[in-house]
Amino acid sequence: MHEMSIVQGLLDIIRQEMGRHGVTRLHEVKVVHGRLTNVVPEALDLAWEVLSKDTEFEGARLVTEEIPLRLRCGACRAEFSPEHLSAVLAPCPSCGEELGHEVVAGREMYIAQIEAE
Amino acid sequence: MQIPIVRNILEANDRIAAQLKKSFAEKGILVLNLMSSPGAGKTSLLERTLRDLAPEFRMAVIEGDLQTDNDARRVAATGAQAVQVNTDGGCHLDGSMIMEALNSLDLSGLDILFVENVGNLVCPAEFSVGEDHNIALLSVAEGDDKPEKYPLLFHISSVMLLNKTDLLPYVDFSLEKASAHATALNKEIAVFPVSCRTGEGLDAWYGWLRAARAAKKPAA
Ligand SMILES: Nc1nc2c(ncn2[C@@H]2O[C@H](COP(=O)(O)OP(=O)(O)O)[C@@H](O)[C@H]2O)c(=O)[nH]1
Ligand SMILES: [Mg+2]
Ligand SMILES: [Zn+2]
Repeated sequence: MHEMSIVQGLLDIIRQEMGRHGVTRLHEVKVVHGRLTNVVPEALDLAWEVLSKDTEFEGARLVTEEIPLRLRCGACRAEFSPEHLSAVLAPCPSCGEELGHEVVAGREMYIAQIEAE
Repeated sequence: MQIPIVRNILEANDRIAAQLKKSFAEKGILVLNLMSSPGAGKTSLLERTLRDLAPEFRMAVIEGDLQTDNDARRVAATGAQAVQVNTDGGCHLDGSMIMEALNSLDLSGLDILFVENVGNLVCPAEFSVGEDHNIALLSVAEGDDKPEKYPLLFHISSVMLLNKTDLLPYVDFSLEKASAHATALNKEIAVFPVSCRTGEGLDAWYGWLRAARAAKKPAA
């Protein structure tokens, strides 16, 4: 899994942002990931634990939030969230169309905020 | 104190990929990122393609798949340039690995650069390598529910190749179901059932390659 690379990217960004904001002690970092990214929160936790150990971030908390998949109907443009992730073949609740939906949300992977002093 | 940030976590790779893309555009090289599960037939597809299209195009391969350490040798045996990238057990290639691999390739006059990514349906889909197109390969020996289970890969791919069609009589795989799911995720995706063993269906893939090559502007 690519959780190690994600956490590596995370650590770099946190270092930059903490320097920019003149804070030195990290308490918490919040990561938002879309359903389509296949990020496994447990794997992310583990990667965070391993990679933050023996650094200035050891002991800080990683909080993850998942954004559900949101599609825009390929026929009538109505937006909807399919009941199941795998249901990309989901019929549009407005017109019944099954094909050609566009992904509106679900691909995100970003750091939303840090709590530090 | 709380500090809102909102920065893409993979921004470093995205920056490198954008740089690669620009440099490939200047050189007029078509770059294709090949992704699949281990053993679906990426290297076999390359062996066929490199041999069959050798009279038409100058091609090279960056080999990141480590299922067998002789992939680069198999590819080089066709006469094409090949360079093996060591991912150190990593689950995907990233932009910086490609940048380093380019040092070992002669890019002059190159028409097509193939990147054989690490065998994995999840991680490579997140890390752009500066490609023009992503190519997803699925073998009929796997489940036809793969597009359903790994939607991102099929969402971002221009082509889905369904390989090992010679095995269709022996497996429970529906070409229709796999195509329908991939098309639902991505209505532009081109689907080509092929067999790298018998050569069946490869002409349609070559047709797509020729069109993609023609659509890419040559070096200025
Ligand atoms: N029956 C059959 N076997 C294939 C076909 N294409 C590849 N293979 C076999 O599948 C195995 C894995 O192929 P390879 O190209 O190394 O897969 P990769 O890991 O995706 O690069 C090899 O034993 C190939 O000979 C095919 O079209 N039909
Ligand atoms: Mg291979
Ligand atoms: Zn609709």
